[in-house]
Amino acid sequence: MKTKFTKFMAAALAAVMAFALAACGGGGSGEGGDAVLKIGSTGPLTGPAAIYGNAVKNGGQLAVDEINAANADGIQLSWQAEDDEHDPEKAVNAYNTLMDSGMQILVGPTTSAPAVAVAEKADADRVFTLTPSASQAAVTEGHDNVYQLCFNDPNQGTAAAQYILANMKDKKVGVIYQQNDYSQGIYEKFKAEYEGAGNKIVATEAFAKDDEKDFTAQLNSMKNAGADLVFVPIYYTPAANILTQADKMGYNPTFFGVDGMDGILTAENFDAKLAEGVMLLTPFVASAEDEATQKFVKAYVDAYGEEPNQFAADAYDCVYAIYNAFKETGLDASASTEEICDAMIKVFNGGFTSSGITGEEMKWNENGEVDKTPKACVIENGVYVQK
Amino acid sequence: MADRILKTISTRGLKNAVRGSEYKREALISYGILIIGYIVLQLGAVGGLIGRNLQGQFVPICVYVSLAVSLNLVVGISGELSLGHAGFMAVGCYSGVLMSRILLPHIGFEPAIVLVSMIFGAVLAALAGFVIGIPILGLRGDYLAIVTLAFGEIIVNLMNVIYFGFDKDGKLKFAFNHAIEDIENSDRIIAGAIGATGTKTMVTFTMGLLLCLFTVFVVLNLKNSKQGRAIMSIRDNRIAAESIGLNVRKYKLTAFVVSAALAGMAGTLYGLNFSTVAPTKFNFNTSVLILVFVVLGSVGNIWGGIIAASILTVLPEVFRQFADYRMLTYAIVLILVMIATYNPTIKARVKAVWTKINPVKKKDKDKGKDKKRKKSGKEVA
Repeated sequence: MKTKFTKFMAAALAAVMAFALAACGGGGSGEGGDAVLKIGSTGPLTGPAAIYGNAVKNGGQLAVDEINAANADGIQLSWQAEDDEHDPEKAVNAYNTLMDSGMQILVGPTTSAPAVAVAEKADADRVFTLTPSASQAAVTEGHDNVYQLCFNDPNQGTAAAQYILANMKDKKVGVIYQQNDYSQGIYEKFKAEYEGAGNKIVATEAFAKDDEKDFTAQLNSMKNAGADLVFVPIYYTPAANILTQADKMGYNPTFFGVDGMDGILTAENFDAKLAEGVMLLTPFVASAEDEATQKFVKAYVDAYGEEPNQFAADAYDCVYAIYNAFKETGLDASASTEEICDAMIKVFNGGFTSSGITGEEMKWNENGEVDKTPKACVIENGVYVQK
Repeated sequence: MADRILKTISTRGLKNAVRGSEYKREALISYGILIIGYIVLQLGAVGGLIGRNLQGQFVPICVYVSLAVSLNLVVGISGELSLGHAGFMAVGCYSGVLMSRILLPHIGFEPAIVLVSMIFGAVLAALAGFVIGIPILGLRGDYLAIVTLAFGEIIVNLMNVIYFGFDKDGKLKFAFNHAIEDIENSDRIIAGAIGATGTKTMVTFTMGLLLCLFTVFVVLNLKNSKQGRAIMSIRDNRIAAESIGLNVRKYKLTAFVVSAALAGMAGTLYGLNFSTVAPTKFNFNTSVLILVFVVLGSVGNIWGGIIAASILTVLPEVFRQFADYRMLTYAIVLILVMIATYNPTIKARVKAVWTKINPVKKKDKDKGKDKKRKKSGKEVA
């Protein structure tokens, strides 16, 4: 019995070692030659943030399959997604794996910290990079080859101010923000854009802790200043507390959030009814009725059996943006990674626009930041409805 | 005189005294593995045999090897279970990164920056080890493990609210619990939950090797010194050690602080190898991972830890070909390896093969093994 077990163990270990050696030997091959444009992607496919990485993986795959099936311009794409566990160290490994298999363009990384680490490597290697969802400003900063498809954190503030100026100009606006990296950046840009247009924020209040419970002081300040729209560029957990306490006080302004507000409907110990009428900026609403969104949602549900989230939509748009830009470069898929990078940078900086489900006529500036019309939605009967 | 008594108390101390060659052998194997591994990998990289994926892991492997060796000092040689090693790594990483950013405009020679940052990281990590070690080293076994675990968590939480950066005049600014106001993104050094950001990467594989060699040098020399024998005798028989007037707390603290300082150096090297490091990197998982290296390499065995750390760092990357089943495969392999390493039948087989190759030392080796097994049996009971 024991010897059998031993033999089994020995065999299993030997097999593992053989695999290990075989895999170590690989790499360094596969660049150029074939006519497939190799797009790579990294994101957390395992671990607590896996929902984001898998959405990107699936959304990108869907777009690649559609483009290959249509075969409109003779350009064929390949799509390889690697796991980065939402860890910069592992993301660099994933990126190197993709480079080993001859990646020419990177759609990723999915999350911010890995993106900051990988952007530096991609810059040194001259790999054109378009991240679907890594929203920190530091991702693109200092790198001429790294672009974002999502609004970066501070620019959400600008986008929110533009939306409010365009659609709700006569509201009296107050702000409650959190003293953290995410919220503060958004607030500063919001203030610059909103007050730059000659309007005045009637009241501004801040808080520090994620688990802050008592917001009566901030809400009273808003109420006394007569604010009927409160901009809350914060995460949904404190936002849930704010909504609950405002309701108790009988204070009912329009609350306006950004992407951190996404998740409010499923916040713990929160009565989702209180979220009725809350507005938020979000790039993608699965229930939107336009044709492109409907088509994408249906294809995604057919392929993966679940409703796509914003990350899937971002990745889908990324692949189409890359495809459209690549057509404009006039290169074919056998071009080297560096050639593609230089040509793509020229196209992206040269007034190139791409339309998708997260925005019409998206265009990019030289810092790699996206410019697109922000989409706002309002929570009605427990679902997001696009405005 | 006391030293001789020590040697008699400690089983391993005794062995050292009788056979000084034990130390030489261990040192030879440890340095040998490091240097041969370095040469093979470097040649492979230059010759194009090794892909970018593995090349990118050279420095992380060195970091994990150093961490495993330094943790071995506490777990193997001092005999205390520490679950907060990543905390010291974090202190070293953050302080090293901070120092490198301060030095960067003034010093052009990068290895000098790395060296100074590493020393700074080691000093602060040692300080952290000292401050934490004083109150907790009176605890033993499970209690110490739990306290060190809590320490690791405290460090991660502190990292989440610490902000460092340069203001417009290039002056260093610090903020606690709120972001620094009015600061350019590129002037941020450490930004709360985002972590160390915008770090200039300047670490090479050679620096990694040097750190590994230094760590092994310090740990092996400490182990073979008078202090080392005192530490081991306290581990083996605390009452006997106290009875001859050894200051238990002092020696335990020495091991703990040296281990923390070495972990701090490894942390600095890690921080300077990536342009960003988030505080979540230093959570409980990393501490346990380092402990796994030590346990798999056999507690107290320096070169075993070196091999275990290298293989377990590379393994998850090798399994990328299994795609969705990657982490599952890794976990299963870990279980198999653990079972195999501690299976007496397999151990006996390996020993049989070893004695065939090396028949002269057979008797000697068997004696040592028996003694060791009896000893560990007693400890478990």
